Amino acid sequence: MIVADLAGDALHDALKGPGMRVRTGSVVVCVRSSLPQIAAGLALHYANHALEPDDAFADFHVAVDPPTSMRRWLRPQVQFYFDGQVPFRPLPLDQAFPMLEWGLNWCVSAHCHQYLALHAAVVERDGRALLLPAPPGSGKSTLCAGLIARGWRLLSDELALIDASGMLVPMPRPVSLKNASIDVIRRFDERAMIGPVIHDTIKGSVAHMTPPAESVRRAMMRAAPALIVLPRYRAGAAATLVPLGKAQAFMELVRNAFNYHIHGESGFELLADLVQRCRCYEFEYQDLDEAAQVFNRLAGASA
Amino acid sequence: MNHASMLLRAFRDITVTRGWSLTQWETLIRQARRADVLASLAVRLREYGVLESAPPEARAHLDAATILAQAQERDIRREVLEITAAVEPTGVRPVLLKGAAYLMTGLPVGRGRLFADVDILVPHEHLADVEAALMLRGWVTTHHNAYDQRYYRRWMHELPPMRHLVRQTVLDVHHGILPLTARFRPNPALLLAAALPVTDHGDLRVLAPIDMILHSATHLLCNEEFSHGFRDLLDLDGLTRHFSAGEPQFWTRIARRAVELDLQRVWYYAMRYCARMLGTPIAPDATTFLDRGEPPLIGGMMDALFTRALEVDHPLAANAFSSAARRLLYLRGHWLRMPAHLLAYHLTVKAFRREEEEHASP
Repeated sequence: MIVADLAGDALHDALKGPGMRVRTGSVVVCVRSSLPQIAAGLALHYANHALEPDDAFADFHVAVDPPTSMRRWLRPQVQFYFDGQVPFRPLPLDQAFPMLEWGLNWCVSAHCHQYLALHAAVVERDGRALLLPAPPGSGKSTLCAGLIARGWRLLSDELALIDASGMLVPMPRPVSLKNASIDVIRRFDERAMIGPVIHDTIKGSVAHMTPPAESVRRAMMRAAPALIVLPRYRAGAAATLVPLGKAQAFMELVRNAFNYHIHGESGFELLADLVQRCRCYEFEYQDLDEAAQVFNRLAGASA
Repeated sequence: MNHASMLLRAFRDITVTRGWSLTQWETLIRQARRADVLASLAVRLREYGVLESAPPEARAHLDAATILAQAQERDIRREVLEITAAVEPTGVRPVLLKGAAYLMTGLPVGRGRLFADVDILVPHEHLADVEAALMLRGWVTTHHNAYDQRYYRRWMHELPPMRHLVRQTVLDVHHGILPLTARFRPNPALLLAAALPVTDHGDLRVLAPIDMILHSATHLLCNEEFSHGFRDLLDLDGLTRHFSAGEPQFWTRIARRAVELDLQRVWYYAMRYCARMLGTPIAPDATTFLDRGEPPLIGGMMDALFTRALEVDHPLAANAFSSAARRLLYLRGHWLRMPAHLLAYHLTVKAFRREEEEHASP
């Protein structure tokens, strides 16, 4: 059963009652909410995700609801609850869905230390996974959205999870688009399902894009890393790939890691092994079409 | 199904988890995570050979917590050496307290225990030297508010927590185990005099076993908040089992020491709840000593409050009484910490401050 199988009322009832157990790759999240934005966001962006029965094991129990304080009468707010606790400050009510997404990212990066977690987008083509590690503002999510529109499989636009054998663990969830990239993706792929734009968040204007159904269906298939590319968006730049030294690639991965310090020596070996196995590049681009062609050639060339 | 005490049931007898359903495991993982004892749970499961029977879904969380606990163990070992080196010029040999002490002396309760900070005990007369020496090596105070500084320095048994500028680690420097204003007054000089060196770390000391247990009991019962109540209970149970095994004199000695340290009543309650909740074995002849610590009249109410508050603070383990119990014990904790006039003043300042903070938030 998938989320889309629930008729409108059933989805609301589940969210208000025992919660919906949604599978995102190897992690199952039980979500509860009384808010229509959350129901609409899940219906749109998680339509193809598997729904687990109530007696399945949920890794995390989260809720997104207005806080109970008196201030809700002055300015409507929303709070992210992690098993009854509040790890964050409340946000304005219209940011409910982004807050769910940010909260879910936190659930994984703060708890799933069975994986080495990097701040990176991961896509895959023909069994070869491409890692795009980058700080915010580098155009990583835009590039990721562009590549999946051209047929790459989405593993994650935010979290590269590396298991103990060095394989990448998929967690296909909505791709988060910011500011100008929202329109860039709309123009680039008219079939892209992009939700409402929410303004004035901590990251500017944000909107989410539904992950391809095929990527969600293959959410349990881990992928072997083959390419590491550090993207950088620069106005006026021609799409250019420059080989990157292994040592520097290693340092970039460490810089973008969430829990490298926790993994100690085995973390070092895992990342060293990863850069050994991958071809590493720096990449500058402005035009997404041009960028997609470069990556398609890159994927073909490594065959 | 009754979720209420999954965590308690698992720690009382870990082998009962063998036949548990996925739903029961889910509850256990949630409650253990909340109580900050996931890695201790993994240690216990492994010890009794039942880790393999845990479903893979639960296993993932146990493995993740184990990796985190191992990292914290490495960090704490290094941090302890940094602290020792920083304090060395003062000639003071600091006494490690709580988690760091369990870890550095290789006690079973130290395995898989998660840490927030390191605690040390130093003589009050050397407090200023130690603080200055730590500041020279990068530790700075965390509370910049004048009221907080005065609160700690005049009334408390510790300096305001110090944070290292580079490593961001937190250090609590104690000169006693209960506030200067507290109802019970264990004499820190007695604890320091009995402290023992740590094997292979000559500059470091830990409390003598019996004092270590009494400190753990004090921590469990004289706190005003119980977010780590369950973990503290596990510590006390583990320490008591470890040090009483094969020691026929244990129960008499600890009862006498409790009297010396003005902790008779604390020890009475501590053993009462340890035995009741985790089945800690108490020697039959120990009860006469223990009973001397029994308070008149209020025993029944204390039982009701503590058996609620020491449970994990999780929605699935709560009943209608849980949050009221925690609130009453919050007041009791403060009541034990300071006389009524100070308490009234302190709670008033805190109430106004909370209001300010709420208005300041975006």
